Amino acid sequence: MRQKMGVGHWIGFVVILVWCLLPVAWIVSLSFKSLDETTVGSPQFLPKDPTWDNYQVLLNWNDPAGHDFMRALINSFGIALIATFLSVVFATLAAYAIARLEFRGKRLVLSMALAIAMFPVVSLVGPLFDMWRTFHLFNTWPGLIIPYMTFTLPLAIWTLSAFFREIPWEMEQAAQVDGATSWQAFRKVIVPLAAPGVFTAAILTFFFAWNEFVLAISLTSTTGSRTVPAQMSFFVGPDPFNPPYAQLATASVIVTIPVIIIVLLFQRRIVAGLTSGAVKG
Amino acid sequence: MASITMKNIVKQYGDGFPAVNDVSIDIADGEFMILVGPSGCGKSTLLRMIVGLEDISSGDMLIGDQRVNDLAPRDRNLAMVFQNYALYPHLTVYENIAFPLRLAGAPDSEIDQKVRAASATLELDEHLDRKPGNLSGGQRQRVAMGRAIVRDADAFLFDEPLSNLDAKLRGQMRTEISRLQKRLGITTVYVTHDQTEAMTLGDRVAVLKRGLLQQLATPRELYENPGNLFVAGFIGSPPMNFLPATVEGTTAKLPFGNVELPPDRAERAAGHGLLLAGIRPEYFDDASTREGAGGSTFHATVEVVEWLGHETYAYIPYDAPPEVAEQLRQLERDLDGEAMHTQLVAALSGNSRIKAGDQAEIWVDASKIHLFDPETGRNLTVDAEHAGTIPDLATTA
Repeated sequence: MRQKMGVGHWIGFVVILVWCLLPVAWIVSLSFKSLDETTVGSPQFLPKDPTWDNYQVLLNWNDPAGHDFMRALINSFGIALIATFLSVVFATLAAYAIARLEFRGKRLVLSMALAIAMFPVVSLVGPLFDMWRTFHLFNTWPGLIIPYMTFTLPLAIWTLSAFFREIPWEMEQAAQVDGATSWQAFRKVIVPLAAPGVFTAAILTFFFAWNEFVLAISLTSTTGSRTVPAQMSFFVGPDPFNPPYAQLATASVIVTIPVIIIVLLFQRRIVAGLTSGAVKG
Repeated sequence: MASITMKNIVKQYGDGFPAVNDVSIDIADGEFMILVGPSGCGKSTLLRMIVGLEDISSGDMLIGDQRVNDLAPRDRNLAMVFQNYALYPHLTVYENIAFPLRLAGAPDSEIDQKVRAASATLELDEHLDRKPGNLSGGQRQRVAMGRAIVRDADAFLFDEPLSNLDAKLRGQMRTEISRLQKRLGITTVYVTHDQTEAMTLGDRVAVLKRGLLQQLATPRELYENPGNLFVAGFIGSPPMNFLPATVEGTTAKLPFGNVELPPDRAERAAGHGLLLAGIRPEYFDDASTREGAGGSTFHATVEVVEWLGHETYAYIPYDAPPEVAEQLRQLERDLDGEAMHTQLVAALSGNSRIKAGDQAEIWVDASKIHLFDPETGRNLTVDAEHAGTIPDLATTA
C-alpha cells in the first residue's frame, strides 16, 4: 500500500536537502565571484556580478596558477584511475580465490586485510617518506599509487568476496560443462554477475584516491605528481591574509564534477541486483 | 553420440567415506539411463563424475572408447541440465542458448541458425530476448534444455531437472523430455529420486543405495523381479508389503493365514526358516470381486479405506515378530521413510464395497509372491534371467 507523503515528510526532506546542499551551493556561488567581491568583506549569497574569470584562469595552461592546477588535475586523474584499475583487478582475483578456494591461511589473509584497512594513514607518513626517498619513489606517480592500493585493496577484497560468495557454484560448473576454461568461466560468467560488486569496489577506490590529502601532500614536492587536493593548499595568492577564496571554490567545484558524474553513471549499476533469476525462485 | 562405460567407479571423500563404491554401468549409444535412489545414495555424485565436476578416486570412465578420467569437463563434450537450471542471468535467453556455441567459436550465422532451431523445438521463440529472471519455472527449464541440445553433445546429463517444478508441470515436462530424447536419439543419463520418473522415462534404471549399485534393469524387470528388499521397497507405489512368512512344503504361513505357493518358488525358499514375503498391493483384491479366480483368500479386519475411484487402498494392521521388525525399520530408514507401525496395504478393485472396520475376505495372487531372506535382504525367488544385473548376486553366487 502506498502511503501519501505527509507534511512532516516534506519538511524533513527539505531540511536534509538544505543541510547537505547549502555548502555546495555556497561554493558554486563563490566560484562565480570576482576577487574584489570576496575581499571587500560584504558577504552576500549570490554574486553581484557573476563572472567566469576564475574558471578561465584555472583552466588556462598559460596562466601560472592555471598551469599548476591543470597539472595537478592530470596527476589526480592518472593516479586515481591507475590505482583504481590495479586495485580492482587484484581485488577481483584475490576475492575470487577467497570465495571459491580452500587454502591454508585464508583467514589470515582476510584478517590482515581488515587490520590494514583500520590502520591510521597518518602513522605511516613518516616511514613511507623515508622509504620512498631511498627507493626513488618520492614525488612520483607510483609513489602515491602504491599506498593508495594498500589502503583500498582490503575494502575491495571484502566487498567483492561477499559478492562472489553469493554467486551459485552451478553457474561456473555450467559454464565449464558448456566448454569454458576456468578463466573463461570467470571472465564471462562470474565477473559480469559480480559487476555490481566490481563497480562498488571501483568507486570506493576511486573516491579514496581522488580525495586523499595526507599522503598526497607528504609524498610529493612538485606539480610533477601533486594531486588536486594537495595542490589546493598551495593556492595562497599574493597576500597571505587574503587567500583567493573564489579560486579555491572554483577548484573545489571542478574537482567535484567528476565525482558527481561517476556517481550518476554508476548508481544504477550498483543498485541493480543482477543475480535475480539465475536459479529457481 | 557415444556410449558411456563405468568400470568399478569409486568416489572417496577426504574422510574416507565412499560416496560411490565400485559401481559398474554400461550405457549403450542412444540409451536413456536412469540413476535412482534415496537422498545420499551417490547418484548425483556419479553423474558429476561422468561430466567431470568430481574427481574419480578409482575405476575407469569411458565415453565412446576414450578414457576420460583425467579430462576437464569442457573436453568431454557432454551437455548437462542442472537441478536449479544454472542459467546465466546477465544474458538473454538467446545468448544463454548460444553460450556453448560462442565458446566453441562458431560463426554467427551458424549460431543463429542452431539457436533458432533449438528455440523452435522448445517453443521458446517469443522469449528469446528476455532475461531468465523474467521467465517462469517451466520456461527456465526449457532454456536449460535448449542450452544442452544446441550443441552436438555426445550425451545429455540431467540432474533432477524436474524437482523444482510443480506436479502438473512436472508431468508435462517429463513427457517432453522423453519425446525430445526419442527424437534426438542421444545417450542420456538422468538422475532422480522420483520413482515415477525412473519408471516412465528410462530404458534401463540403475538403483543405488549408499553408493552401491543394487540392481540395473529395465523398469519392468525391476518391478517384477526386484533383486533385494531395498529395490522391492523402493520401486512401486504404494510400496510392496513385507510380511513375515515361514514356508513348509508349498505352503507359506503369513500373519493372516496360509497361502499356497507355486512349487518352484516354494522350493527355492525351502530351509531358510523365517522369511519376508513381498507382496505388491495390487496382488490383493476383494475376494467378492474375484470369485472363481483361484488363488488363496484370508479374512482380516480393515482399519482404513481410501477410495480413489479406479481402486481402493485398504490398510490392514498386523504384528511383526521382533526378528523381522528391526529389519523392516531399517528398510524404512534406507528408503527415507518414517518407521511406522506394520500394516499391509491392499489395492482393491474400485468397485469393492469394503468399509473401514469390516471383517473382509481378501484374495491374494500367490503366484507373484517374492520371498526375501531377512538377514541378507536377498530375493530368494528372483528370476535371474529377467532381473537385469544384480551385482550383489554375482559376487555371492
